[in-house]
Amino acid sequence: MDDPIVCRCEEVTLSQVIQAVEEGYDTLEELKRHLRVGMGPCQGRTCLPLVARILAEKTGRPLSEVMGEISVRPPLAPAPVELFLGGEGEG
Amino acid sequence: MRASADVVIIGAGVTGAALAYTLAKRGIRDVLVLERRFPCAGATGRCGGGIRQQFTSESNIRLAMGSVRIYEGLSEELDYDIEYVQGGYLMLAETEQELELQRKAVALQNELGLPSRALSPEEVPEIVPLFDTSTIAGATFCPTDGHANPFRVVEGYLRAAKGLGVKLQKFTEVTDLTVRGGRVTEVVTSRGKVAAGVVVNAAGAWSKRIAAMAGVELPNQPVRHEILATEPVQPITDVMVVSLHTGIYFSQTVQGQIVGGIGDPAERPGYNIRSSFRFLRRFLSELVRHIPALGQLAVLRQWAGLYDVTPDAQPILGPTPGLENFIQANGYSGHGFMIAPKVAELLADYIERGEVSEDLRRLSLSRFEGELKGEAFVVG
Repeated sequence: MDDPIVCRCEEVTLSQVIQAVEEGYDTLEELKRHLRVGMGPCQGRTCLPLVARILAEKTGRPLSEVMGEISVRPPLAPAPVELFLGGEGEG
Repeated sequence: MRASADVVIIGAGVTGAALAYTLAKRGIRDVLVLERRFPCAGATGRCGGGIRQQFTSESNIRLAMGSVRIYEGLSEELDYDIEYVQGGYLMLAETEQELELQRKAVALQNELGLPSRALSPEEVPEIVPLFDTSTIAGATFCPTDGHANPFRVVEGYLRAAKGLGVKLQKFTEVTDLTVRGGRVTEVVTSRGKVAAGVVVNAAGAWSKRIAAMAGVELPNQPVRHEILATEPVQPITDVMVVSLHTGIYFSQTVQGQIVGGIGDPAERPGYNIRSSFRFLRRFLSELVRHIPALGQLAVLRQWAGLYDVTPDAQPILGPTPGLENFIQANGYSGHGFMIAPKVAELLADYIERGEVSEDLRRLSLSRFEGELKGEAFVVG
């Protein structure tokens, strides 16, 4: 394969990520909205570190800065709906 | 950054993006869009993507109908797939009283040309399979309502606008507005000053702060609304389901995820957009009450955004009394994505040739001086 897949859940390839960064989507939040990387069932566990590294390399920014810009979306890993059903309580 | 622009739009959500494109299409191309973070960072990128025409106020029905006409051809017009699904909106009624209110709304909607209609509970599983009919007294349905992908709508508008010469300046915060001789003459930003012919306040929940920079007081308040997405599953329905009874709404995206939220009467105005456990319980319990099979799914992520809420739950649109070149395009109260394409046309009519349509007049900031007639169908 000439163009490896970076995000399996949403089928996003390396060249798509590179092209998007070159078009000006130069933060993880923008890449997520544009390419859907990290929005599938794995919630970015596999792809976000890869995308972050590509972004850091392309923009010359430190990896810690790039990663620090991503917003947290609970529950972090897929959680069964039934866990949250029933019961009163204000949580 | 450029030193001047004919039109400066503050905010790159759906309102700013749609207006930038609509102006450029008409030949007004010296347009600068200023965005504090990046396009879709605010309410548009956090919304459920619903496009509903079933309202109780004539202005909202007309604006939404006008927008649907635009949405229907938008992927083609922008040459960009906005993932538009015209699957209809099902509005659940849990009591006879709600059903009566919805039937009355249908009568008004039909008068204005909208093909909405009442459905019996038994008809609901035909369009929303797996639905538990014992949870409702009835419903109304409009087959021309639908949903689209908010990211792609904004993206499509901005791409096309940039192709026509519009400039977008992201990560640029507006810090002040200069007023001289009854006009806003200059926009001061974190990256310098821009002289402006017209300034549009499309900053969503931050519009109140922007307006205050020009000495204008808006009655808007930010209110958090939470939402979540499940894991993707096989296509179940194209229909957006909403209930006035609980304020729940949900639909299935093109990717297969169930995306939805629920209003919370306990929510107080403020800029908090943290996610809560309380929301997970409230939303999922209601979702599974209506469609028990969805209890087998997993939740992928939850997030929140801010409604920009006005006292009558209708937007504030058009020129500001006393500052004719300062245009308000905010206060959507949760309905901005639905009506943005049509609003962009009305605002462009004003910017291009000073035309104030009936809807713009009716939705002007000056209406808050008189008696208000609000929108009753606010969901989420």
